[in-house]
Formats: sequence, structure tokens, C-alpha cells
Amino acid sequence: MSSRGSTSSPGRPRQGQILPGFGLTMGYTVSYLSLIVLIPLAAAFLSAGRLPLGQWLHVLLAPRVLASFRLSITASLCAALINAVSGLLIAWVLTRYEFPGRRLLDALVDLPFALPTAVAGIALTTLYAPNGWLGRLLAPLGIQVAFTPLGVIVALTFIGLPFVVRTLQPVLADLDEDLERAAETLGAGPLMVFRTVIFPALLPALITGSALAFSRALGEYGSVIFIAGNIPLVSEVVPLVIMTKLEQFQYAEAAVVAVAMLLLSFAMMFVINAVQLALQRRYQARR
Amino acid sequence: MKRRDSFPGSSGTGRLVGRFLLVSLAVVYLGVFLLLPLVTVFVQAFAKGVGPYLQALTEGDALAAMRMTLTVAAISVPLNTVFGTAAAWAITKYEFRGKGLLLTLIDLPFAVSPVIAGLIFVLVFGARGWFGNWLSDHDFKVIFALPGMVLATTFITFPFIARELIPLMQAQGRDDEEAALSLGASGWRIFRVVTLPNVRWGMLYGILLCNARAMGEFGAVSVVSGHIRGETNTLPLHVEILYNEYNFVGAFATASLLAMLALVTLGLKALLESRHPELRVRPAGDPAGRPAQVDAK
Repeated sequence: MSSRGSTSSPGRPRQGQILPGFGLTMGYTVSYLSLIVLIPLAAAFLSAGRLPLGQWLHVLLAPRVLASFRLSITASLCAALINAVSGLLIAWVLTRYEFPGRRLLDALVDLPFALPTAVAGIALTTLYAPNGWLGRLLAPLGIQVAFTPLGVIVALTFIGLPFVVRTLQPVLADLDEDLERAAETLGAGPLMVFRTVIFPALLPALITGSALAFSRALGEYGSVIFIAGNIPLVSEVVPLVIMTKLEQFQYAEAAVVAVAMLLLSFAMMFVINAVQLALQRRYQARR
Repeated sequence: MKRRDSFPGSSGTGRLVGRFLLVSLAVVYLGVFLLLPLVTVFVQAFAKGVGPYLQALTEGDALAAMRMTLTVAAISVPLNTVFGTAAAWAITKYEFRGKGLLLTLIDLPFAVSPVIAGLIFVLVFGARGWFGNWLSDHDFKVIFALPGMVLATTFITFPFIARELIPLMQAQGRDDEEAALSLGASGWRIFRVVTLPNVRWGMLYGILLCNARAMGEFGAVSVVSGHIRGETNTLPLHVEILYNEYNFVGAFATASLLAMLALVTLGLKALLESRHPELRVRPAGDPAGRPAQVDAK
């Protein structure tokens, strides 16, 4: 699948299975992977498969389930778009400018990733509640964030930011600044340089980062459930619907919703990998 | 690194103003969206002073939750460390078919919602699951007990250490190991004396991230724990219970412990990155470090 094969380069003997331990490490890797990941995941598909197709449709087309998919997908999409814009700005500022506190700010970007989701959830809820620090400012404008779909978007934006910034940073740092200089010498202004030279080079990474943020947001639970208010048909996300079905011991129904969700996530993963592969190919071709 | 500002011949003031505006915008955005929630945790935790704060942290259920969180992490993290090392060795030291597939499968847990991660273990080990009858006959509890919480946490944190080690070991190649082999060293000795010292910082980095996630995991553990107070509650679950009981000081006091864990993790992470820049170099991917540069051959 790749073109960078040092082992098959001519003139060198084929190295390969010289080092000991292949059987042991490979055997352990595959067994552990099967026990912890593959077999349990298969359980979801098998449990869902026990229901006939008619039941499947009945479960998935129930208004509450449909509404949750609609909310999860649109809110994740909004959050990913917001992060695409703000992530680009933050990655740009962090890689291109030197200013006091830059390293602290850089470390702060990982906070949503390090902070347990439940903590983020209750903190955001408190901030955006009508009597919270931010909610109080927004209330006179007629904007209510907590316990509405808007709250879901806020929580998903919070957890998605590092994905975009961390994907963009290395690409930005790697950009050939000679190209920008050449464009400037030819009379292009900063905006034009950005639009014609920088942005096209960043686009694949921007898409990858946003897609990663999107797929993480789809499955997010901890940071969302506190601020969402969890009103059926209005602010219930898919993971919450699965949780509710589990608590009512509707295991097969929970498995059906989970499988639909898993297929969506795996499709996203496939798309992200394809984009990355294309990105790598282009990168290697340029060298 | 070359910086933009060193570029001569550009119109000075306009660029400076633009730069100032962009930096301010980024600082304000990060301040409001990331820093403010963090500050809120501590402000709320100490809203009624130090006394209630300490009281919330020293009552029985909180202590039991701390013990549970530490126990779960103490089992899951070493399990995934051993796995990550074995997987990285197998993937980077040999050529075989299906390597790309294996890499994708290792990444799989990152694409799975935490709630689903909990659900699958309920489907396998729950009272109505595959092994439900067998387990209850032998009086062994997995779901609503420690083993289920360890399994769910291990699933969620599964790729962390492998993903750190694979790109690192790939970059280092296998010449050192093959030299050691030609000098007569055994496989285990090669690993201990040659490979491990080369990758120990990467391993530590992976363990750090894995541990933070293991201790902070909420959704997956929430499904399998059954929320039995004083028994199967972890710190994040304890936060939820107290919050839902409107015990905000208790909830935020417990949350502040987890926030401190996050801050310590970020601090150590930044320290490791500044001492060992190679840990930071990864072409694209999520914060956990997607090894995109690994040849999927």
C-alpha cells in the first residue's frame, strides 16, 4: 500500500524475519486485539442481527431515535465547522508568531483532551446556565445555550478543538515559506498569499482535522449530557438514546442503534484514512 | 524555526497590526472557550470555602471512588502497555501481509463511542449476555463490578501506547537490533538493552496519555458500573451522582481533583515534548498521535 520501501530497495539483502520474537509478539497482539476489541464488537453486530429487518426499521425510524441522529449529526457538523475556522486561526498564531505566553497557550490547546468529559460537562453547564458567567451575558440577547441544542454544539466544539489544531500545526510548520515570499515579490498582498498559496496547501489537513473532530463528536457522551438537558425529540444525542434503552433492558434495540452508529463511525474512519493516504502520496510525490 | 516576522522588506505596521489582532483573537477565544471552564471548576469547588471542599473529598464515598479509579487505571494501563510494546515490535520489526489492516484494527476503539464500548461488554457478560448464565452459575460478576470496568477502560484506552510506540520504533529502524543479534544477544536481551532505552520516553508519553484517559473515562464505565455507591463508583461517576443531587460543591470538589490530574498530565506532556522533540513530530492526526507515517505495507 505504500511506496517507501527501504527493505525492497535494490542492492540490499531482504531483511525481514531475522529478529526473534515474531511469533510471540504477533500472537499476543492478535489474541489481545481479538479478546478486548474484535469479539466484543462482534457481539453488538450479532445481538442486533438477532432482530428481524422489520424490527430494525421499527427501532431506527422511531421518532426519538431519528431525532437523536438528526441532532448528533447536525450538531457535530456545526461543531466541526466552528473548529475548522477557530482551529485554523489558533494553529496559525501558534506556529507563525512568537509572543509571550505562546507555549502556555499551546499546552492549553490539549485541555479538552486531558480534562475528563464529565468535568468539562458540568463546568460548561455551570458557565452557560442562565445564571452562569456566560449565560448571564447571553440571556439579555435572547440566547439560551444550556439545555438546548445550542448547548450540545458548545460542548462538541469544546472537545473537538485540539483535533483541528494538532492536525494543522505540523503541516503549517512544514510549509515552504519561499513560495510565500515568491508570491509577495510578485506583488500579492497577505490575503492573496493566504488564499492562493497557504490555504490550498492546508486544505487536506484542515479536512482531516475537522473530520476527526466530527467523528469524535458523534460518539461523545460525558461532556454533552449535562448541558443538553436531554429533552426527548429536542436535545437527546444518539449515545444517550443507547444509554436509555440499556437502562430499560432493551438490549437488542440498544444494539441496533449502536450498530447504526458504528457503521457511521467506521465510514468516517475510512474517509479520514483515505484522505490521509492521498495527503501522504501528494506529500511524497512533491519531494 | 523560521518565523514570519524575520522576513525583510514587508510593510511593517500593517503586518504588525494584523499580527496583533490575530494573536489577540486567538488568546481571547482560548481564554473564553478553554480556560474559563477550567477556572469555573475551581471557583465552584471553593464556593463555600476550604472546609466544605476538604470535607467533600474526605467522605467515604469519595475515598472509595478514588480507590476505584486508581485500581482500574493500575490494571488497564499496564495491560495496554504490554500490548502496545508487543504490537509495535511485531509491526515495526517485520514485514508481513495485512499490516495496514492490523494498524486500522488497533485504531478501531478510537472510532467507537464510549457508550457503545460499555454496551458491547454488557452484551457479552451481562445477565442476558452470551456468558451471563455461565457467569451467574459460577457466581462471578463482570458487569456492575470491577472486571467490567477494567474491560471497558482497557477498550477505550486500547490504542494509546501502541500509537506512540509504532511511529517511534518505525523511525528508529531495526539496524541496532540486528547488530545486537549478530553479536549473539537473545531476543529478550535485545529488547531490554537496545530497544527499550530507545523508546522509553515515547513509552512514558503513551502511558501518560493512556492513564489520563483511563482515570477520566466516563461513558463506557458508566454503562458497566451500575453506579453502586462506595463500590463501583469511579471519580467521574461520583462527580455525576453528586451533581445530579445538586451537591455542587461536592461535585466540583471531586471534579477539581480530575482537573488537577489533567493539568499535571498536560505539564508533564509539555515537559516531555520540550526535552524530546521527536515525540511531537507526527505529520497529522488526533491529539493521541495517529501514526500516519507508518508504512502500511
